Amino acid sequence: MKLVIGIVRPERANDVLEALYRAQVRGISMTKVQGHGGELDRVETYRGSTVKVEVTDKVRFEIGVSDDFVQPTVEAIRDGARTGEVGDGKIFVVPVEQVVRIRTGETDEAAVTPVGSS
Amino acid sequence: MTVPLIAQASSIDTGDTAWMLAATALVLMMTVALGLFYAGLVRSKNALNTFMMSVSAIAIAGVMWALIGYSLAFDGTGDLIGGLNYAGLHDVGFTPRDGTTIPHLVFFAFQATFCIITVALISGAVVERMRFGPWMVFAALWSVLVYSVLAHWGFGGGWLMEGGTLDFAGGIAVEMASGFAAFAAAIVVGARKDYGRIGLLPHNSVLVLLGGGLLWFGWFGFNGGSGFGTGDPSVLAFANTLLCPAATLFTWMMLDLIRDKKVTAVGAATAIIAGCVLITPAGGFISPAWSLVLGVLGAIPVYFVIVYRPRTRVDETLDVLAAHGTAGFLGILFIGFVAQQSWNGISDGWFYGNISQLGDQALAAIATPVYAFVMTFVLLKVIGAVMPLRGPEADESVGMDSIYHGEEAYPSGEGAILVTPEDGEEAPVPVAQP
Repeated sequence: MKLVIGIVRPERANDVLEALYRAQVRGISMTKVQGHGGELDRVETYRGSTVKVEVTDKVRFEIGVSDDFVQPTVEAIRDGARTGEVGDGKIFVVPVEQVVRIRTGETDEAAVTPVGSS
Repeated sequence: MTVPLIAQASSIDTGDTAWMLAATALVLMMTVALGLFYAGLVRSKNALNTFMMSVSAIAIAGVMWALIGYSLAFDGTGDLIGGLNYAGLHDVGFTPRDGTTIPHLVFFAFQATFCIITVALISGAVVERMRFGPWMVFAALWSVLVYSVLAHWGFGGGWLMEGGTLDFAGGIAVEMASGFAAFAAAIVVGARKDYGRIGLLPHNSVLVLLGGGLLWFGWFGFNGGSGFGTGDPSVLAFANTLLCPAATLFTWMMLDLIRDKKVTAVGAATAIIAGCVLITPAGGFISPAWSLVLGVLGAIPVYFVIVYRPRTRVDETLDVLAAHGTAGFLGILFIGFVAQQSWNGISDGWFYGNISQLGDQALAAIATPVYAFVMTFVLLKVIGAVMPLRGPEADESVGMDSIYHGEEAYPSGEGAILVTPEDGEEAPVPVAQP
């Protein structure tokens, strides 16, 4: 089991969702985060104050998957999020010690297997 | 409009003037209210740009109107276009405007606010993608080439007005003109890149309702001021501006209930505007009872245009065609059926024995959309040949606010480093470079 964390551009979030859906990955979390990925700063001016905004809005996906699904999930996020410009984001794959499905108490592989699939 | 063409020896009436000063300010506020309404309907990354399209109309159409637009609309009784005597506000002063009891300057200012909001209305068709520069060029040219001409036709002494078409407060020049111009603009500018692929939702429906409510408030000046005083036509239009939108709002809520078992807030805001538009041309001509009927009957077609339009390829984003074009069209025609001389002192409609009024109304309901659509289509094609109407797709992803205004509607404030003037070009290098 792994936890796949993908930090992507907010405007690509829908494409990532679509790609994950096609890869039959169900059960995801998304959060809005802010970060800096080496892209150029935006310069904004409010009346007399000019500022450089160093952090950019990103969307962070967190997906717990069984080992077979790690590669498809990573590929889905990678392909969905890619624009080719600096700031497309990162994907982290992290080992997971234990997973519990709260509703049933199932653990590990069973807990990350979507309801209804074999 | 009820301005007699032959100037009577009129003098200033202080009561009329006081009301018209207030009404002018109310109508100007409508443009800002429209900006709120529109800004709430788009995604947060485009909220400022959308708002600014309306605000910029005040700058551009306001100035163009003073320079030339007012004169072309309201100087003389040429069939198609007015003269140039009032250009640059020449001869526009404290003496009463012919046929009114208010100073010419007040009449000018009141009409200016109409031109401004009409231009602002069109922006609803092109938000979230059109570049800001071409928008400003378009606003300047459209306000003269389309608005001034239609204002002349409808209430400046042009052929529709002379022919007997009744239009109290701008069903022709404001509502149908903006609605059908918006339709053409949406076609020329093209759909947003995400249109039809993902849901593009309003980012703040509270702003939408607030904007809709303030528009209604301002509309009392818009319709109530279009009698140019405090006489019976203004009073009738004022009351009808309460009744008709209320009836539309009620009907809309019922339609929502029937379709989805839920009454929507964005729908309610839309209904308020549709109702105000329905009564705009008819305000001073039909009885209060008929205005309730207009509110109910008019709501139905507008509702279904709004439901149907997003299923087409035409990304007329904020439904100006439905809320203004369709509703203005219906309001203009409705006069032809139920105008009552006993209420308006001018003419009856078909139901009261004067079928020819319906013909006069139908003429305006055909000529105006055709002129507005064709002129807008050609104008945008010409502008598009000189400068691109849209930026690269990547800009659309980032959002118009950041790209064209260098601001965000909702900055987080985090990670913002002040650039002091001394830093100038030598500002500190960002933490990481690509």
